[in-house]
Amino acid sequence: MRVLEVTDLQVELLTGTSVVRAVDGVSFHIDQGETVTIIGESGSGKSTTAMAILRLLPDDLAVISGEARIGGQDVTGSRKVIDKLRGRAVALIPQDPMTALNPIRTIGRQMTEAVRIKYPDLGRAEAKARALSLMEQVHIRNPTKQFDAYPHQLSGGMLQRVLIAMAVSTDADLIVADEPTSALDVTVQAGILDLLLELQEQTGIALLLITHDLGVARLMSDRVHVMKAGAFVEGGPVTDVVDHPQHPYTQKLLGAIPELGPWEDPGAREPLVKEASHG
Amino acid sequence: MAEDLLTVSNLVVEYGTGKDVFRAVDDVSFSVPRGGTLAIVGESGCGKSTIAKALVRLLTPTSGVIDLDGTDLARLSEKQLRPIRHRVQMVFQDPYGSLDPHLTAQEIVAEPIRVRGEKSRRAQRDKAAALIERVGLPRTALERKPPEFSGGQRQRIGIARALASGPELLVCDEATSALDVSVQAQVLELLADIQAETGLTYLFISHNLGVVRAISQDTVVMRAGRIVESGRTDDLLSRPQEEYTQRLRRSALEPGLMTGIKPRHLIRHIAASRTAETEKAS
Repeated sequence: MRVLEVTDLQVELLTGTSVVRAVDGVSFHIDQGETVTIIGESGSGKSTTAMAILRLLPDDLAVISGEARIGGQDVTGSRKVIDKLRGRAVALIPQDPMTALNPIRTIGRQMTEAVRIKYPDLGRAEAKARALSLMEQVHIRNPTKQFDAYPHQLSGGMLQRVLIAMAVSTDADLIVADEPTSALDVTVQAGILDLLLELQEQTGIALLLITHDLGVARLMSDRVHVMKAGAFVEGGPVTDVVDHPQHPYTQKLLGAIPELGPWEDPGAREPLVKEASHG
Repeated sequence: MAEDLLTVSNLVVEYGTGKDVFRAVDDVSFSVPRGGTLAIVGESGCGKSTIAKALVRLLTPTSGVIDLDGTDLARLSEKQLRPIRHRVQMVFQDPYGSLDPHLTAQEIVAEPIRVRGEKSRRAQRDKAAALIERVGLPRTALERKPPEFSGGQRQRIGIARALASGPELLVCDEATSALDVSVQAQVLELLADIQAETGLTYLFISHNLGVVRAISQDTVVMRAGRIVESGRTDDLLSRPQEEYTQRLRRSALEPGLMTGIKPRHLIRHIAASRTAETEKAS
């Protein structure tokens, strides 16, 4: 099932005196259960693409043309379409978990609010029960305690789990994750990426991942698109693009990553090597 | 091995007062040879930035010695520090927040030159121009203000400003972590060039093991205010002894090393190696 189909999407940003074409005719699609990643450096237009699809760009500053169909419905026209889909068919995991939540409301209150967008008829107790089970699903320890906590009482990794729980609470078909681990430490990052993979296996949700990190893209994606100056320069299965990049820009990006060099992982067990041989 | 320019011994920094004290740096000792680079790696909250602030005396350590070529910076008063502050300079993490947006690049870079006693406007200008060119920006950049520059260009101005004081030790606190990988590579190259030319000593603070490998001969791994492992960078990365260093090493996602590995299997492996303890600490 095609969850997202983007055709010749263009976004022009009005900057007072001039017009910048931030997204210049990109086309791609995502099927159910798939992860498609847009990789690019700052200013490449990757986040603008995601925000345009979600219609989170202000109308008076951004002009969108082309087509973006979520579950078959084109969201580039009237806002009424996306307003019905956002928080229901499509959800966002934002970049910075530390600022994404309201600091003066408890985690629980914000969770139940998200739950009720899709299920407005749920009673107080039911909404709470659903929020708690979601918190358990994203492996937040002691959810009853965290339910009453305020965002500042949780670590960045835990907050990102809350935000993932909120996105999942919508039973959406598509989740847009904009740099979901960029603000986190590497050891925490692994846990969050693992969680996203696990949820995808359970629910078959489609994922649009935006990242500047080729390592994250390599791990998470089925297909990737490399974006530069508003356009895709290269795209395809992740194993082709990252392992055998064709375009000079992709090669340059890969070349710029400082390498760690080889090492013997004392914690590596047999299966890792075995899988590797026929992966 | 060259003699050590900086020797830090039993450094302790505590935040808070009375009963509510948090020990951010707990009995840390290391040294940096003159003309060399030492990296401090660790995750958020491990105390690495607190060490940077203590070295440039943006804060006063609770106890310990910061010996810069025979002078103990840890004990000096503000008045005593003033004449020697130029010897240790810092390049900050955030290229957007660390430059005054109202000043031109010329004013930003010339200020330390003036402070160090250069009275002639013309000489100030010439020196600033030479520094701006040294960090790879055109002379015309001097007339412009920070908002007109990209993150990488701003970081170059930050480096020029630090060099303007004529330091012996440059403390780079996550100096490239806000930059794109291609820009990061350029800034690292610039820092390496300057060191080769002038013999400047670096203390390089980062959470990125790849960056650390690119720039430093020696590395200290920190966690929760303490040093968990230290040694030559290459040894540390190829044969990490401590479990925590191994975990950091494992968590670094390197596309180049993933060829032929089933990604989902790899992430499971990384995530499984993460103990419940890290989760809580994060």
